[in-house]
Amino acid sequence: MTVVSKPAAPGMISIAGVDLELLDRGQGAPILYLHGGAGIGVDVPFLELLAKSRRVIAPSHPGFGKSSLPDWLDSIDDIAHIYLELMDRITLTQTDVIGFSIGGWVAAEMATKVPDRINRLVLIGPVGVKTGRSDKLDIPDIFALPRDTLARLRFHDLAKNPVDLAVMSDDELQVVARNSETLALLTWEPYMHNPKLKHRLHRVNAPALFLRGVSDGIVSAEYLERYAALLPQARTETVAEAGHWPHVEQPQATLDRIMQFLKS
Amino acid sequence: MRAWHFSENAYPYLPPADEYESIRVSLPNRIYDPKKGAALYDRYIDEWLVAEDEGVEIMLNEHHQTATCVDPAAPLVLAALARLTKSARLLILGNPVANRRQPVRVAEEMAMVDILSKGRLECGFVRGVPYEVLPANSNPVRMNERQWEAMDLIVKAWTSHEGPVSHEGRFFHHRNINIWPRPYQQPHPPIWVSTTTPGGAGRVGARGYVQATFLTGFGGTPAIYESYRKGWREAGRGADVPVHRLAYAALVYAAENESDARAGAEKLLWYMTSNKVPLHFCYPPGYVPTAVHAQILRGAAIDQHAANRANATVDKAIEAGIMFAGTPDQVFRQIKRMYDHVGGFGHLLIMGQAGFLEHDETVRGIKCFAREVYPRLKEEFPDTAVFGVGKERVVA
Repeated sequence: MTVVSKPAAPGMISIAGVDLELLDRGQGAPILYLHGGAGIGVDVPFLELLAKSRRVIAPSHPGFGKSSLPDWLDSIDDIAHIYLELMDRITLTQTDVIGFSIGGWVAAEMATKVPDRINRLVLIGPVGVKTGRSDKLDIPDIFALPRDTLARLRFHDLAKNPVDLAVMSDDELQVVARNSETLALLTWEPYMHNPKLKHRLHRVNAPALFLRGVSDGIVSAEYLERYAALLPQARTETVAEAGHWPHVEQPQATLDRIMQFLKS
Repeated sequence: MRAWHFSENAYPYLPPADEYESIRVSLPNRIYDPKKGAALYDRYIDEWLVAEDEGVEIMLNEHHQTATCVDPAAPLVLAALARLTKSARLLILGNPVANRRQPVRVAEEMAMVDILSKGRLECGFVRGVPYEVLPANSNPVRMNERQWEAMDLIVKAWTSHEGPVSHEGRFFHHRNINIWPRPYQQPHPPIWVSTTTPGGAGRVGARGYVQATFLTGFGGTPAIYESYRKGWREAGRGADVPVHRLAYAALVYAAENESDARAGAEKLLWYMTSNKVPLHFCYPPGYVPTAVHAQILRGAAIDQHAANRANATVDKAIEAGIMFAGTPDQVFRQIKRMYDHVGGFGHLLIMGQAGFLEHDETVRGIKCFAREVYPRLKEEFPDTAVFGVGKERVVA
């Protein structure tokens, strides 16, 4: 089979009144990819890798990238509903789903709603549930930390941080700023979780892989284990020499883990 | 012109600033000595009472989890003042309604104070400074929208008198709004709103509420007042904007001689020099417009607090129009310069105490202002003046 790449420029699609920026690349069985709180920009090199063997469909969440943000939308669950409609519109009857960080949360919400339409689920450094004590945040408060501390929590090797705000254009910086505003809107309270989600995850019958970078300071190993234990068929794996963005710091190793899981 | 004595109820007994990260949000309260704090409340309330005796009105505000302003429940102090005072107007500026979960509760608190004071409440509403969102757990996104829905709901609660009404809005839900007591003043107490940017002032002007600005100086104030005036006129309130719709807050210290005035002014600077707050508490996402946020991310934005702290001198503060200090003549001229520069304002909010400005110094400052400066301000800048023109023209 000849692999023909689709045009690189993402298109726009209107779903339930939301204009979504949609990246659709590669050929083969589809993967719905859901980005994290920093937006889809940092994921693009990894998505290119993924698109060498599979069709990758990756929307920018409402309020991220060029996607619009309606007044009524203020939760991750709202986004999950938008994406169920997206799946119908582009006839993704069944699909693998990869979600990173808050994208993992979106994926988990979707999987509880339409478990039969998810083949396999990969969650990379996912947030979305509260598993630990009430007197300690499960996820460090990213809205109350200095930027350099946050970077150290995110990266195993700070030199691999692809984001250099100092060299970005005004337009690019506007996107970064807007992404972080939408992230706050969606995750401020309850912080980084939906209290209902953990009582719904039992419905997810797809096999699930929970991945994290070994040096991830945002999503701890303990958190990942407790999260995975809420699903009937989930296992956890660790990517060496990586932090919260393993697909950025170790794209090939992360890809290998994922492809192995999706093929198994 | 009306003058208001404003005190933040600061707790100044802190370790050296290099021993802590921030005076707000993260400063451990083990540093707060309850006995010293109790004495400070007594003292600050006494100073408000002195202001009343001198014919100056009273203003207080609210902040949370900070040593700069130990008044996290301003309505409580307001209630005490309502019973301790007899004649002064009582301005709370203000209720941080974007951070309060129940606007109807705020309406009840304010109605109580209005009753207790027999109609002396001036009720301010604020969005709250950025470092309030962590203590309040308040989402920094869509705060303006919450503030306006809350304000409108409070007015509705104050002005509905025929049994329960309801509100099912975007941010707030109340099935049964029927407050007891209702306000003493009819239809409701005067409303004030504060801002430090022009963005929101137009909407305040459209409602005709009093617009206050804090330390915005010669640079920032004109655009805010202009925005207010535009909003006022576009809402059909008439071409003339009365100056009593506008307020300006500054550090103020008057004394009989220059050396005493300088000494008091230096101590007032604590308000700026003590305000050590790291950047990551200052710009929660969504608090400022996206374009401003983008420039902050670039690093183009300087650490304004650090800059303010490093640059705070009496002369610079006077030059910028954020401090009026000196002999009565000097203070009068400085205020007149600001008044003329911005087109007029009807209320001077006096930050008259800060840090280690002791009780007797604070009282001397209040008295000197009230006796030597205030009468001239009232004569020169009548409440009936119109925005943007001299005293020769007044509202009919």
